[in-house]
Amino acid sequence: MATSIAEAIDTTVDCVHCGLPVLPGDLRPEADQQFCCSGCRTAWELINAAGLSAYYAADDRRRVPVRPSGRRYDEFDHPTFTRLYVRDAGGGIQETELYLQGVHCASCVWLVEQVPLLVEGAVRAELNVPRSLARIQWDPAHTSLGAIARSLEALGYPSQPFRGGRADHRRRVEDRAMLVRIGIAGAIAINVMTVALALYAGWFGSMEPAYVRYFRWISLGLTVPAIGWPGRGFFTSAWAALRARRLHMDVPIALALGAGFIRGAVNTVTDSGPIYFDGVVTLIFLLLVGRFLQQRAQRAAADSAELLHGLTPSTAHLVVGESIEEVPAESLVPDALVLVRAGDRFPTDGIVLDGCSGVDMALLTGESAPVSVRPGSPVYAGTTNTSAAVRVRVTEAGETTRLGRILQELEAAMSRRAPVVHTTDRLAGWFVAAVLVLSAATYLIWLQIDPTVAVDHAIALLIVTCPCALALATPLTMTVAIGRAAKAGMLIRGGDALEVLARPATMLLDKTGTLTEGRLRLTDWHGDDALRGAVLALEQHSNHPLGSAFARAWPASNAAEVSEVRQTVGGGITGRVAGQDVVVGSPAFVLARAFDPHRLADSLPAHLTPVLVATGGVVRGAAGFGDPIRPDSAAALAALRRGGWRIGILSGDAPGVVAAAAAALGVSGADAKGGAAPETKLAEVERHLAAGPVVMVGDGVNDALAIGRASVGIGVRGGAEACLAAADVFLARPGLTPLVDLIEGADRTLRVIRRNIAVSIGYNLIGAALAISGTINPLIAAIMMPVSSLTVTLLAWRSQTFRTPA
Amino acid sequence: MTILFILVPVALGIVLISVIGFVWATRQGQFDDLETPALRMLRDEAVRAAPAAPKAPADSP
Repeated sequence: MATSIAEAIDTTVDCVHCGLPVLPGDLRPEADQQFCCSGCRTAWELINAAGLSAYYAADDRRRVPVRPSGRRYDEFDHPTFTRLYVRDAGGGIQETELYLQGVHCASCVWLVEQVPLLVEGAVRAELNVPRSLARIQWDPAHTSLGAIARSLEALGYPSQPFRGGRADHRRRVEDRAMLVRIGIAGAIAINVMTVALALYAGWFGSMEPAYVRYFRWISLGLTVPAIGWPGRGFFTSAWAALRARRLHMDVPIALALGAGFIRGAVNTVTDSGPIYFDGVVTLIFLLLVGRFLQQRAQRAAADSAELLHGLTPSTAHLVVGESIEEVPAESLVPDALVLVRAGDRFPTDGIVLDGCSGVDMALLTGESAPVSVRPGSPVYAGTTNTSAAVRVRVTEAGETTRLGRILQELEAAMSRRAPVVHTTDRLAGWFVAAVLVLSAATYLIWLQIDPTVAVDHAIALLIVTCPCALALATPLTMTVAIGRAAKAGMLIRGGDALEVLARPATMLLDKTGTLTEGRLRLTDWHGDDALRGAVLALEQHSNHPLGSAFARAWPASNAAEVSEVRQTVGGGITGRVAGQDVVVGSPAFVLARAFDPHRLADSLPAHLTPVLVATGGVVRGAAGFGDPIRPDSAAALAALRRGGWRIGILSGDAPGVVAAAAAALGVSGADAKGGAAPETKLAEVERHLAAGPVVMVGDGVNDALAIGRASVGIGVRGGAEACLAAADVFLARPGLTPLVDLIEGADRTLRVIRRNIAVSIGYNLIGAALAISGTINPLIAAIMMPVSSLTVTLLAWRSQTFRTPA
Repeated sequence: MTILFILVPVALGIVLISVIGFVWATRQGQFDDLETPALRMLRDEAVRAAPAAPKAPADSP
């Protein structure tokens, strides 16, 4: 079967818009352009009609399939929506911010910002790529936000309102404050260094004492604001750590800064001994830069957490007597009656009152096959109603729904995550303290030997051991490595993840969509191939995912005429094809209507989803659907195991299915856990955390809790964007091979960092020895100092951390 | 060399002005998004060329 699918894909042409193969059923021989779906056709027509066909010439454009959801976005024009999210931009123009899914590259900026050309009345569209946030301005007299949102979706960007306005504002204020601190610290550091250079030069040129005093007072005057504004953070955090009786890395830093500053100030006032101001301000500046580099990367996590709020619809259809009102989902209370149409997501938790349908629970369970519901069945907010309208009595709404509780726990889990203490941060404080002690010792020792050069040697030591190189070693190497990794399709947020990934620990993987392809495929077929036409004909009328799985498996078969189609939710489909009664459905459904003389129902392995086909009252075919394991999974897991990792599987799927997959991948049964709800996955991760770091790899919202709690969470390609919100690393290439590349790259990165730290410490040790022995004077030291920073910078740039796949 | 007593404060005054400028630019949000403007610039010519193009119906879903 696999070969016939591969053949079918080989012989098809690529969709003009998205570049995916067009299935033969969608081929139109008469047309010049072929499309894989009507969404792509619409998008292509829109783009061409607006004269934007240059988009197709851009070689870095999106290669992600455009799947229109058919959403009308009517709720965007609802008065409640307007009140909550829309601002007045003046001059009768309205403004709002929308989160767009699937924003990746330069061509996205271009395409999204063409919206004013596509929709008359849209005034302005401005996209922020790293945050996937589009600011839209429009004239309500000419168009509506709903129409703009429909255009955006036609271009391939489903949108949702941006709900985090207030938190975003606070965050932006924080970011800007950090940048201001760096700017001020940098300006002061440069100037104090310049003044210090004049002073050092003055040691040889016999500067007049009046000028020396003048420059020392200027240094003091410049250092006071540096300590008081940009440097204050180190003192407050060190003080907080001391009060909590913990030793924080800011403690020795604050100690060094404080000691250096006070000693320098006293020496300035008494006009004797060295001033340490240049070292103090440079340290503040470089530490702030290092922290900013790390923080900037981590900010992305908070951004995409916003996506989680888009999981529940913003409006609901409230049943009031005989009529139906559209109300914002926030206004629903328990015991209210809501109507949920086919294709809509449930706005709240509730109990089905009337109607039968299928519910796609993938959000909570990771299982893509719909679960059938009937009156009395519970349904959950955020899951999708797939086949028929149902009326639901609300039991829980808003934050008390199961999804709401999961999201709250996710937030709590992410905040509980232990911070990774960076090797350099641990070292830097003690390093500075040691330098201070050493320079004091040098001064005292030389005071006994030759008082005239004591100050010189102490200053030379301070200059030559300037910890710039050490403070730069980690952030610089991490930043370079993260940039290289991004080019290789691994998006890493923050260097913490790399520190953890470099050491073998426990790795837990989700099954569906991570180890497997995540969609049902026909793997076993027992029966006459002549039945294919009849099955396909019938399944054309079905909206069940297995129906499309049949179409994918047998693309070349010709569908026959069909009549009297009847579909039973949770059972199957019946109809007349070429004068014969055909039944396709679950074994229970088919065996109730047909006789099975060849016992075909028992011919399928237990871990497959069975479908029987009967014609004329006799079962003639049995199809088994499974979720095949990705071809590279076994090799990737073997490579990880060789690297010392302990591998476990954590899946929401039935335990039997998980056990079968574990056996195929060489994972022992004890390490493979099936039937795990999101909450169970979280508990499992916490259990493993007791023994050491845990890396969780997953793709669904049901993994999000575990990913958020794990030491490092990894999202794989194809995963829900909501799951990526919790992940530290996102693998943009399919399969598990990138996972192995990631681990190896992290290992190499940490090795480069250790090498850089060794280089800078070694350099400083030699410099310190020379200074203590009195071999070098301050001027030579000032020339030697930048060499170590330069060496570390070069080593970081030259390092082979992540390799771009060929 | 007494000129230093004037020149250094003047230099520091210039530093103060540029720092104030930097703080102003930061608070204006000019450093909030460093990626998109660079990408936008790459495509600007196409935007200028396009406004004459016919508009597509806004409501086609």
